[in-house]
Amino acid sequence: MEQNIDQLRAAALQALETAATPEAVQEVNTKYLGRKGVMTQVLRAVSQLPADERPAAGRRANEIKQEMAAAVETALARLAAGAGAAEGIDVSLPGRKSAPGPLHPLTQIAQRICDIFSRMGYEVVEGPEVESDYYNFEALNIPKDHPARDMQDTFYVSDDIVLRTHTSPTQPRVMEKRQPPVRIIAPGKVYRCDSDITHTPMFHQVEGLLVDEGVSFSHLKGTLTAFVHQMFDTETRVRFRPSFFPFTEPSAEVDILCVICRGKGCRVCKQTGWLEILGSGMVHPAVLENVGYDTSRYTGFAFGMGVERITMLKYGVDDIRKYFENDLRFLRQF
Amino acid sequence: MPCDLSVDRLAHLLTMTGLEVEAVEERYAYLDSVVVGRITALAPHPNADRLKLCTVYTGSGECTVVCGAPNAAVGMLAPLALPGTHLPGGLTVAEGVIRGQASAGMLCSQAELGLGADGSGLMALPLELAVGQPLHKALNLSDPVMEVSLTPNRADCLSVMGIAREVAGFVGTRAKRPEISLPAGQGDIHALASVVIQSPEHCPRYAARLLENITVGPSPFWLRDRLLAVGLRPINNIVDITNLVMLETGQPLHAFDFDHLAEHRIVVRTAAAGERFTTLDGKERTLDSHMLMICDGQKPVAVGGVMGGMNSEIEAGTTRVLIESAYFNPVSIRKTSKRLGLKSDASHRFERGVDPQGTLYALDRAAQLMAELGNGRLVDGCIDVQYPLPAIQPIRLSAVATNRLLGTSFSRDEMARLLEGIEFKTQAQDADTLVVAIPSFRVDIGRPQDLMEEVARRAGYDQIPVAFTPLPAVTQPAPKLLVQRRCIRELFTGMGFAEAITYSFVHADSCRRLRLPESDPRCRQLAILNPLSEDQTVMRTSLIPGLLDAMQRNVARQTRNIRLFETGKIFISNGSASQPDEIEMLAGLWTGDRGEVAWYAKSEPCDFYDLKGAVESLLEGLHVRPVGFTRLPDEQCAFTQPGSSAQILVAGEAIGLIGQVHAQTLQAYDLKQNAFVFELDLARLMAYISDERQNRPLPRFPSVSRDVTVVVRKELEAERLLTYVREMKTALMEEVRLFDVFDGQPIPQGCKSVSLRMIYRSAEATLEDAAVNEIHKQISDRLVAHFKAELPT
Repeated sequence: MEQNIDQLRAAALQALETAATPEAVQEVNTKYLGRKGVMTQVLRAVSQLPADERPAAGRRANEIKQEMAAAVETALARLAAGAGAAEGIDVSLPGRKSAPGPLHPLTQIAQRICDIFSRMGYEVVEGPEVESDYYNFEALNIPKDHPARDMQDTFYVSDDIVLRTHTSPTQPRVMEKRQPPVRIIAPGKVYRCDSDITHTPMFHQVEGLLVDEGVSFSHLKGTLTAFVHQMFDTETRVRFRPSFFPFTEPSAEVDILCVICRGKGCRVCKQTGWLEILGSGMVHPAVLENVGYDTSRYTGFAFGMGVERITMLKYGVDDIRKYFENDLRFLRQF
Repeated sequence: MPCDLSVDRLAHLLTMTGLEVEAVEERYAYLDSVVVGRITALAPHPNADRLKLCTVYTGSGECTVVCGAPNAAVGMLAPLALPGTHLPGGLTVAEGVIRGQASAGMLCSQAELGLGADGSGLMALPLELAVGQPLHKALNLSDPVMEVSLTPNRADCLSVMGIAREVAGFVGTRAKRPEISLPAGQGDIHALASVVIQSPEHCPRYAARLLENITVGPSPFWLRDRLLAVGLRPINNIVDITNLVMLETGQPLHAFDFDHLAEHRIVVRTAAAGERFTTLDGKERTLDSHMLMICDGQKPVAVGGVMGGMNSEIEAGTTRVLIESAYFNPVSIRKTSKRLGLKSDASHRFERGVDPQGTLYALDRAAQLMAELGNGRLVDGCIDVQYPLPAIQPIRLSAVATNRLLGTSFSRDEMARLLEGIEFKTQAQDADTLVVAIPSFRVDIGRPQDLMEEVARRAGYDQIPVAFTPLPAVTQPAPKLLVQRRCIRELFTGMGFAEAITYSFVHADSCRRLRLPESDPRCRQLAILNPLSEDQTVMRTSLIPGLLDAMQRNVARQTRNIRLFETGKIFISNGSASQPDEIEMLAGLWTGDRGEVAWYAKSEPCDFYDLKGAVESLLEGLHVRPVGFTRLPDEQCAFTQPGSSAQILVAGEAIGLIGQVHAQTLQAYDLKQNAFVFELDLARLMAYISDERQNRPLPRFPSVSRDVTVVVRKELEAERLLTYVREMKTALMEEVRLFDVFDGQPIPQGCKSVSLRMIYRSAEATLEDAAVNEIHKQISDRLVAHFKAELPT
């Protein structure tokens, strides 16, 4: 009997030492010490022994039981710690991945711009890309035969139909349909008859418009400063400079301190330290009159920005034409 | 006008006042490498009689320079151009050998340096100059030229005087213009010449002066220099004077050879339709009846306000000059200039609006200069034919309204001061109101808001406080299309597709390349009248051409595994006189291998089912159902391959198309590898997207699955089997899936086996095997019977 127990004990300890997985340890445990385990049966036989042998054998049986239990714990701990693990797998092999594709950089930036204004309570609207002369020009205080038309090289479909040159037609389109307060942001494609390293015949703008009682140029400054600080960072200084757009007055060009050189002067900012990123101004009373708003009661501001330009600054894109080549090697960088 | 601002400061202030300085160029930058040299010794050139060898001390050492100037003398200070200097005449100085003698630079004349007209000998420099100093430092030469980018409203600043008025505003002084002192004249212009305006709506004012005994010749150096500084080419003293005065005052002038004017008359009238006229640039142009012409007694001599004609040009022999100074209707000039495709410095100014009161000043200034520089004799008197222009009304400006618009708190008097600084005249009407008289040159000012802008501009935009609008309590939710478009983009990028953005205009040939029949609405292309290139002549009627172009470009650059998608509008023409239907579409393309090269999978080419799976995943992700795909009849296949094309159906409505790109279309796009595309109508899809969801209780009892395999004709669409089973609506059947299709041995020719797995479950109890077997058998039997199928042997 004694010899039998010792053999089993040795075999069980050996098996526990070499077990490679927690499951294997459990298996050994069940095989020897389980309800129907071999060791269990041998130990159970202690009760059959003659009375004088029983106390010693009983003690011995308990010792072995405890020793085995401890050995199981040790084996499990060993496996948990990973020491002496068996062969295993090459975890450095590439996983079976399904890599996501890139969202176009212009989409990413346009969404970011819209999100910033959405959080300020602006509603996102869209308008037609092939536009009437009226909405693209006349309603925006740009009469026919006015030099201001030269500011935008227009693609014509006919005398009265153009590819919209800016997202601004959404201003009169929305205002015609509702009374103030109007608070909208209008992203979209626009078209101009111009193509070189800094111009593509199609590009993207985001237009903003707020009309309400008591809206002032101060509010325009506050809103656009907040936008720049969210789009870039709060260290980015903003400068407002007089300019001219037929549909705003006063008009302002918005410059930010060059994000590349931080104002020291570089190629991107043409050594000026400043980058032009936005056109803006107080909505021209003629525009409000055209949609039948009471100009003695309502004022507003409007602004427009080029998505390509901002993306260029955010991501360091040097040639605007790359946006529309859809070269996967380019798209995957964003 | 005194102004002690530095150039940089001036440029900054101009920019911040709305006159954006684009560039500042130092005209004498090329004199950096021209130094003051002292001739210390002279020796004859051994190989040339007229040349000398000059030893020149440059402050740090001596060098030898070959020189031919007659006035070279020992002890003289003269400018020495060192190698690398670019002289205004186009010459670049280099170390060289002249007639066998080395020369370390070039001693220069005034003319060679662009500093004067004298080219007869070396420029003798004052002896007290420090030898070795760069010449522009020594002579204190500096002439920075600023390039101002003017917005179209600021016609008043298209002149030096206009800019000076602005500068005076922020310097706090008043710009002064040159005093006119006309020489005493002879005779009477009215006896010699006459002016008739027949089209006062086009030309409300026409003034003229006459000079006799003019000597036409080159302008003096200073005048040529002024013109060159701004990039104008000097021509002769008379023409140069008209240009100079235009630059000074903003009033374009024209000089006629008086002896070429038939009957010595000027008639201002519109052209006869079809009339021909040769402008000063040598081009013959055809006129129409809206164009204003300046004519003599018989014929046109100039396109009014745009360009003069060859037939009355000032020439070397001209002795009598009639100077024109007129005010033209800006719109008329613009139309004419546009119709003729002819722009000039004059038309640029006239179409923006010149100062209607500036006519005579510019005329007199030019007359005075011509008398001085052309030795001309002024004929007494001045012709000034004018029709009344609408009077410029004063504008009432409310300080309260101004501050309300700007968000500022300027006092009424502060506003008055700011406006007076740029020559507005103000008068206080009451505690709040200023009555502001508008100077005639400010043709852009017509409303109180225009003045508010002036106040803001003059104060500086940085003086306007930064404030924030109160946020509205109620905000609008984003439109569904925007939300779903974003969702679609995320689903597609999640499936490994890259988002493309392609041009909205395509080649007019696109429809043919897509093999679309003429009756297809996508052949209703909207054409652009003035396209930039042949590739971009019509608005797209499908997103597929753009994706195929993108594929072509990628493949050409060695990227051949491509997954792209795009959302964007297509444009179906309703004729060029109205707006087209703009329909937002979603399209995708998959070509090359199914996956990237990897250790765990063989790389295999993608197929129809890869792209179909992507579309199915998309629709599932959008919770759109029920979705179906049916084979597109072969005769309806255009750009997709017959047999591998399907309509995409949602609730039975066809919303799009998916298929393998047709071989001919591939060829038309110069593509050699197979590609799969789909395109669907986003607006129609949108109708099936709902964000309503309803929770159902999770099943409490286990499910049981049973499979069935049937052998059917190969051409039977598997989808029909699934639909048939689903439509039985068997109470306990939860789901049916297709898990195997097989068509080799031992399946008979022309047949295939299709295996379906049905999942059964009861909401009330665990199903007994026997019950499931019974139902499953019924379903299988009906399936076999309905499709005349067989069970596999």
